[in-house]
Amino acid sequence: MPRNLGVPSESRIEPGRTWAAPSGARRVKTFEIYRYDPDLASNPRIDTFEVDIDACGPMVLDALIWIKNTVDSTLTFRRSCREGICGSCAMNIDGTNWLACTRFIADLATPATIYPLANMRIIKDLVPDLTQAFAQYALIQPWLRSKTPPPERERLQSPEERSRLDDHYECILCFCCTSGCPSHWWNGDRFLGPAALLQANRWLVDSRDEATGERLDELEDPFRLYRCHTILNCTRTCPKGLNPGKSIANIKKMLLERRT
Amino acid sequence: MTNSTAKRLRPLSPNIQIYRPQLTSVLSIANRISGIVLSLYAIVLVVWLVAAATGPQAYSNVHVFMGSGVGRILLFGCSLSFFLHLCGSIRHLIWDAGFGFELRTIYASGWTVVLISSALTIIAWIVSIVLAGWNR
Repeated sequence: MPRNLGVPSESRIEPGRTWAAPSGARRVKTFEIYRYDPDLASNPRIDTFEVDIDACGPMVLDALIWIKNTVDSTLTFRRSCREGICGSCAMNIDGTNWLACTRFIADLATPATIYPLANMRIIKDLVPDLTQAFAQYALIQPWLRSKTPPPERERLQSPEERSRLDDHYECILCFCCTSGCPSHWWNGDRFLGPAALLQANRWLVDSRDEATGERLDELEDPFRLYRCHTILNCTRTCPKGLNPGKSIANIKKMLLERRT
Repeated sequence: MTNSTAKRLRPLSPNIQIYRPQLTSVLSIANRISGIVLSLYAIVLVVWLVAAATGPQAYSNVHVFMGSGVGRILLFGCSLSFFLHLCGSIRHLIWDAGFGFELRTIYASGWTVVLISSALTIIAWIVSIVLAGWNR
């Protein structure tokens, strides 16, 4: 699909420059990377970097760090743990959202394409503005809501009750799923998106939470929940192997069971 | 940051332009498009019924058009849309009942929809050609 089809003027992507591989590089991998500098009065562009893959580590994040260290120090991206647990380096790699630190360079197309997370306002280069995503997360009130007075010790759970939180607590809030959801592209202002809804389900199925009714009330809305049309790009893209689609289906099921 | 850049709207990163089409998203949009196509064919059905009610000449005109090359391509699109929408919607019903959400199952059921709807379309055409003949 043409890169600028239907794109508003401030977001149109222009051709950028090419940074050649250092002389003497024997194995070269080409990366096409989205660039945007807010300090220039110009549009985003695609720069091409030739990376000496003998000089850097095996992961996409290693290639980005190599570029930043040796080629262009202005290349901007978020990263922290480099082992898939912090969620900082989520970006669009070869057309799907994934963590740059857990994707092998060897698995990429030629040239490899690196964009920021899809459908986000961009602060700089590969750094998206996640304000909206975290606001949607805050809206589901992701904490224990209880009415009974606090017990003298911990609120206990049976192993079975605890196991219902599996496939939820592992979410690192990288927003790969929300950014990959076509329904969220078109209605992201009102549809909460898979990441926030997976978290909503995490608190709905928690045996210690006592606000299940209120939580369901807050979700029963044509946009907040029901803009999910079971496309399931979320489950396809989750770099942690979680299943937002299944979690959202469970919320719909709980709402249905409440009515009968 | 200067005032001129501060006022600039931040660019929106591309979404559908660069996101790789996958079985998940392609079958979702295919189900929607086939639904729209079927709604349009409801109009064709009405035209056919009105022609039948109007008289032999009007019915014959519609019948000749349906039998022409263009008409047959349209009918093929109709039958493909019908079976694709049928199979795809059964898949959605199973999801709505809460089953089939594992990634392997999603892909298995997706390819099943593609295979079965293609097979049903071909079978429907073979059966109708055998029963009614190609030149009807």
